[in-house]
Amino acid sequence: MSEIENKAENGSTESAGECTTGDTKDDKGLGLGVIFFIVAFIVCFLSGTLLFPKLLYSKKEQPFNFDHELHVGEAGDCDACHSLRDDGSFTGIPKLETCLDCHSEEPMGETDDEAIFTQEYVVKEKEVPWLVYSRQPDCVYFSHAAHLLGKDEMDCASCHGPIGESTSSRPYEENRLTGYSRDIWGKNIFGIKKNSWDSMKMDDCAECHKEKNDQKGYCFQCHK
Amino acid sequence: MKVDRRSFLGLGLGAVAGVTVSPMMLKLTDDSSILSQTTKLWPWALDHPPLDGESTYESSVCSLCPGACGISVRKIDNRPIKIEGLDDYPVNDGGACLHGIAGLQYLYDPARVKTPLKRNGDGFEEISWDDAIAIVSGKLGDIRKSGAPEKLACIIDKDQGSVSGLFKRLLETFGSPNFYTMPSLESNLELTAEALHGEGMTIGFDLANADLVLSFGAGLIEGWGSPVACFKANASRKERHAKLYQIEPRLSNTAANADKWIPVKPGTEADLALGICAVMLKNNLFKGSATSAFTGGFNKLAAQVQQDYSPVKTAEITGVKAADIEKLATKFAKAKMPLAVFGKGRGDGAQSLKEMAAVQLLNCMVGNLNKKGGTFVMPKAEYLEFPESSLDGIAQKGMLKEKTGKYVNQLFEKVNQTSKPVIEALFVYNANPCYNMHKPKTVKQAFEKIPFIVSFSSFLDETAMEADIILPSHTFLERFEDVATGAGLAKSVVGLTKPMLDPIFDTRHPGDSVISIAKALESGVAQNFEWETYEECLEGVTAGIWDSLSEDGFALLSEEAPSTAAMVNVSYLAAGPATVKAQGDYKLTLIPIDNMRLISAGYSASPFAIKTVADTVLKGKDILVEINPLTANGLKEGGYATLATPIGTARVRIHLNEGIMPGVIGMVEGLGHTFDNIFVSNKGVNVNDLIGPVIESGSGLDAAFGIKAKLS
Repeated sequence: MSEIENKAENGSTESAGECTTGDTKDDKGLGLGVIFFIVAFIVCFLSGTLLFPKLLYSKKEQPFNFDHELHVGEAGDCDACHSLRDDGSFTGIPKLETCLDCHSEEPMGETDDEAIFTQEYVVKEKEVPWLVYSRQPDCVYFSHAAHLLGKDEMDCASCHGPIGESTSSRPYEENRLTGYSRDIWGKNIFGIKKNSWDSMKMDDCAECHKEKNDQKGYCFQCHK
Repeated sequence: MKVDRRSFLGLGLGAVAGVTVSPMMLKLTDDSSILSQTTKLWPWALDHPPLDGESTYESSVCSLCPGACGISVRKIDNRPIKIEGLDDYPVNDGGACLHGIAGLQYLYDPARVKTPLKRNGDGFEEISWDDAIAIVSGKLGDIRKSGAPEKLACIIDKDQGSVSGLFKRLLETFGSPNFYTMPSLESNLELTAEALHGEGMTIGFDLANADLVLSFGAGLIEGWGSPVACFKANASRKERHAKLYQIEPRLSNTAANADKWIPVKPGTEADLALGICAVMLKNNLFKGSATSAFTGGFNKLAAQVQQDYSPVKTAEITGVKAADIEKLATKFAKAKMPLAVFGKGRGDGAQSLKEMAAVQLLNCMVGNLNKKGGTFVMPKAEYLEFPESSLDGIAQKGMLKEKTGKYVNQLFEKVNQTSKPVIEALFVYNANPCYNMHKPKTVKQAFEKIPFIVSFSSFLDETAMEADIILPSHTFLERFEDVATGAGLAKSVVGLTKPMLDPIFDTRHPGDSVISIAKALESGVAQNFEWETYEECLEGVTAGIWDSLSEDGFALLSEEAPSTAAMVNVSYLAAGPATVKAQGDYKLTLIPIDNMRLISAGYSASPFAIKTVADTVLKGKDILVEINPLTANGLKEGGYATLATPIGTARVRIHLNEGIMPGVIGMVEGLGHTFDNIFVSNKGVNVNDLIGPVIESGSGLDAAFGIKAKLS
């Protein structure tokens, strides 16, 4: 038998021997693989669920704190400040001029926020650069009048939630990629909503339209 | 336990599975699709989304051209976002032209002068308003001290309105008669009226009522006169059963829209008018009752015209068949409300007085003066009441001196001719002679010889670039001003331009700049400027019509035909003025073309308007010249060629057009700007660079209708 043949025989014997004993070793490898799989899965899933939103959104504070509850109590319902103009367009966040219907250069209360408002904005005649939680992308046309005065006479809270009951302004979260507010997608990163106001995506509009009008609506109704 | 490749495989798979099951993938997919629709990814797309806010409309008057249309400016939260025509305004009644609707672009024009500038070598340095006014008044003070106040000159767009009035008053009380206006339809109408009907008069054309309009090259839908009013008059032609005959060498839009196009050799329009006149005289087709009142030698003129302009002779000169001339004369004379219109193209720029007077003579002969559908010979709109000016000794002496030149072209000629500066300081407002006048090179030479030039321009245009000091003015959307519509309209309207927004740069009202300069001068001048601000001055000098100006936004001074008969003196034509010939010996004749989409006087068309120019006029950065295929001499459509005239050469592309007479080259006016504005400059060629001035004997006007040229 040549040297080569010997080696071949030995080799085959060795490999056969390994095969017979290899099963237990493989199981261990697989077990470790499964552990690695599970660990990696959990780490990545948690990162994607908990860490990723923190990276995706940057937090911005409003110029100063705004107490909706107080204002509703003092001034009246939402439409006392957020009204429809004669032509049906929506005023949105009121201009300084509207605030000055009640406020003046003299602070109305003793809070720091009132002081900032009067000193920085009223005295300087500067508009307050509020960050709008519900600002839709530029490609969306939305008529408040059609929803408020239409057959269903929706109330503000259907889309905006109980914001009138809030006593402070939460931070505005801006999507670093798109530049839009987090409120459009919703707080829940999975996109799961419990209330009608939890998210303001196109699907949310369509869902309500489907329910009320039996069809989701046409593209050009909102994308003009 | 050994970490092997399976472990890593597990790790990788676990990571992939974890990420996939987490909301990250779904969210990123959604966000990327939204990102793809934002300007973050497409920065050249609209980067200022329209703002939401209260929508309001405010009315004002556009002063981009002499048309002076009423405009309605749509604003969102007080920011102008759109210009529309103003309904029920007596000039345009809701209509607007493309320059007017794009007027907002001038606010944000890259060539706007944002703060006062002072020349520093080849460039400019920013200075404060106080320093700028001090420098100008200091220089003016020196000129007055030297005892030669007439060495201050001023070039302005028009001799109408309170801003022009303030400049004129400054020159008068300073002691200088050298107040010049750029040639415009208004100035041409006044000169024609002066030649035939006496001084202080102007002419209006009742285009909206005439039943046969004989237009001698007037681009009635290409920006002539008050463009929107002309569009409307033209649009109503069909229902009024009115006819339009267009006489010009090229099938312009107006000619294409007319009932008949009569091609005529360039520069022979005056001869054709006199030829028609001869036929009317021969066939007794004129109104004897009208001509009997003519003074200045009508019989002499009649004999001369019949001798020199028989149909055969006229046909030879003009290229229009003799039989057609006879027919034309008969139709014109027999129409119920005939109207002959002069002013080639837009009627501004170079025009021949002989031509304008000859055409107006046709109106006189059919007796349509001061009649509905005819020409209204009326006094210039004099609604301003400036307080009596008091001139001190220096001013009185200066005002007795003769003007350096009768017209602005002669001023530059004089400046260039003399070695010692005849003009020490020059004010330029709302005028761009370094671009608009024929052979701007010589204008620039003259500018170089004038030691001190002050520009009041809102834009750093060709002329402002030659200035020593720039006192930037508000644009028409940022200021008050009274704007009179002259421009050949049959009615006389004064509108009030109002500020639509706060000035966006550190600019001032030109009226305020003039008042500040005057107040900084010695008391002899300063005492004539009692107003603190221009607004105070405006209200004072328009006191007679201020109520309607401020309440209605306009004052309608006259609408109906003047009740008095117009005087006609034909001595200018009876003297037999010579017809202007084109300069040079080449075979072809280059003529400028007025295009509604471009602006040939003043600053420039807006970026929006330039974009609408057809690619048979401007392709990329190349200008196309029109030539009839018969005389194209083998040149191909779209091919490059060199256009040479005695004045200069230019690289152009060819557009073969059967709608232009053989032997004529047409080149659009209003392109080839050279200042710093990427949207409008360095596109095409300035046709004025290729045409030299030809002074008409008798009138002294630059009457170059074109120039001889060759294409190779």
